[in-house]
Amino acid sequence: MTRFLIRRLLSAALTLFAVSVLSFLMFFALPRDPVTGMCPKNCNPERLERVRQELGLRDPLISQYAGYMKGIVTGRDLGSAQGGRCDAPCLGWSYVSNEAVSDTIARVLPVTLSIVIPAAILWLLLGVGLGMVSALRRGSWLDRAAIGFSLTGASLQLYFVGAVLLIVFVYNLRLLPVPSYTSLFDDPLKWSSGLVLAWLALAFLFSAIYARLSRAQMLETLSEDFVRTARAKGLAKRTVYGRHALRAAITPVVTIAGLDVGGALGGTVITETTFGLNGMGRTAVDAVRAGDLPTIMATVLIAAVFVVLANVVVDLLYAVIDPRVRLG
Amino acid sequence: MSLSPVEGVALAEIETPADGGERRDEEFVGRSPGQLALARLRRDRTALISGGLLVFFVLVALAVPLIEALYGVGPKEQFQSRLDGYGMPLGYAGGVTGEHWFGLEPGLGRDIFIRMVHGLRTSLFIAFAAAVLTAAIGVTLGTLAGYLGGWLDSVINWITDLTLAMPFLIIALALMPTVALRFYGQREAVPAYFQIGVLIAIFALFGWTSTARLVRGQIIALREREFVEAARASGAGLGHMLFRQLLPNVWAPILVAFSLAVPQYITSEAALSFIGVGLTDETPSFGRMIYRSLDYLQTDPAYVFFPGITIFALVFAFNLFGDALRDALDPKSSR
Repeated sequence: MTRFLIRRLLSAALTLFAVSVLSFLMFFALPRDPVTGMCPKNCNPERLERVRQELGLRDPLISQYAGYMKGIVTGRDLGSAQGGRCDAPCLGWSYVSNEAVSDTIARVLPVTLSIVIPAAILWLLLGVGLGMVSALRRGSWLDRAAIGFSLTGASLQLYFVGAVLLIVFVYNLRLLPVPSYTSLFDDPLKWSSGLVLAWLALAFLFSAIYARLSRAQMLETLSEDFVRTARAKGLAKRTVYGRHALRAAITPVVTIAGLDVGGALGGTVITETTFGLNGMGRTAVDAVRAGDLPTIMATVLIAAVFVVLANVVVDLLYAVIDPRVRLG
Repeated sequence: MSLSPVEGVALAEIETPADGGERRDEEFVGRSPGQLALARLRRDRTALISGGLLVFFVLVALAVPLIEALYGVGPKEQFQSRLDGYGMPLGYAGGVTGEHWFGLEPGLGRDIFIRMVHGLRTSLFIAFAAAVLTAAIGVTLGTLAGYLGGWLDSVINWITDLTLAMPFLIIALALMPTVALRFYGQREAVPAYFQIGVLIAIFALFGWTSTARLVRGQIIALREREFVEAARASGAGLGHMLFRQLLPNVWAPILVAFSLAVPQYITSEAALSFIGVGLTDETPSFGRMIYRSLDYLQTDPAYVFFPGITIFALVFAFNLFGDALRDALDPKSSR
């Protein structure tokens, strides 16, 4: 177990390293001058040159990269123009918003987490539940309704669903306020009423995909010999379906869920844009528009960390769910 | 996972003798797996309806100049006289009239119908081009990795993992303006065909992994079969092994993957244009229209429905057809 964990973490670290190098090269080394975006208006050549010096753009690429990485691990001194000392997860200084990138991230990451985590719980329960039930009651009206639901949901676009939800619940029925983010710890009620449409939209689309997948998996599992054997030796239906079949059927669902949740945590650009919430995704888009390189770099890295970590968690979950998977 | 289509066909014919019931007394006619699949597809009502819808969409996309000439309105013409003082279209449902079938855009007053027809063409072109490219890259790398194995397999696998770990949307977001700036100046307008080209390239760069995985898995399963061994034993070269022995046996899953990739690219293109990094406002596109309509949800809710429902119908038809195709090619699979 420990050996597996160490090896898995090492390979995750290697992937992260490659992502960081690639994105660093992509953003800092491409011929586009990274400085132009950093002082948006009336920049004179001296100021541009000073910014270049401060950013260390005149240094060789390797030392630039090393400096960036060192900043993340131990923090570094950025110089007075960039807010001076930058503490441990130092992601650089944004000239566009005039603050440390880590402060920006600390502000917007909770928004994305508040959108994704409740939505993910909702879509997993709804999707897997629906898939399982419709597999067990194959051919019933419930099954057909579930198939229709998942086919429709898989073809709908989030921004369209979001727009329809907004038109119905906010502008016509006036049941909900215009979506906004309030911290969960300040006012849980306002937190949920401001985000519930985003959860619903995400959960609707994703649960459609999960219902389809888990239904197919469950049907395949139910036709296997071990299910028949379990039934034949007199186990209750509940035990056979709930414990034996569910375990086998849910493994591929876990894989997809890991990828989806990991990806969504890195930023749900479309959800955030549709509902006007300012999370990681919107921050990334705005940073790209403004040419705010340190912020772009930070959002890409954080998104990659979430994806890679989610994959590690999935591998570990495999071992818990499926005893056939041997670690080592 | 399905095995080769040939096996599936053989099984299906044994299991369902009722199919050929009326032809019992006729002379036995051999049919290729492709013909069998086509016959099965023809019997499937979902396939016929969704296929018909797709043909309709493709025809509309191909006939854009004709439609524009008949309709008599261009995508960039503005009809300010038909908007009220606040820039809202006059009349019901966003200004739907005999002249403007889907109404007018609030603000600029452009015709929604003709912009959607143009958007459909762009969307389908990008999706098909990207799907062809990803299939080509994915099949090549997947076949090589699966058949040759060894270090090449490890390298391709690792690149696949790496590509999957890169956050697609953010990288695309960051790449689009960077690439455009590489070729065009800060103030220069980037032509539409360049944006379309970059979009296709980005989709190809990120999209090949799933096809590669699929093909690799299939090839590995086939690699150890007797007919492959026989071909190898009689001294077949690499090209013969890949193109004559292995690939003909995996074309079915590749075709299904292709048909399901097209709607994905339609969605992705709309999404990128929606967040403002794909096509600009100059080129009509679904994503851009829906993004603009978000500002008018309260005042002109009809605006979001026309592009929203059209893109849903398009993706829905592709998904249904892809599923039907899978069923026709692999009768053992159950939906």
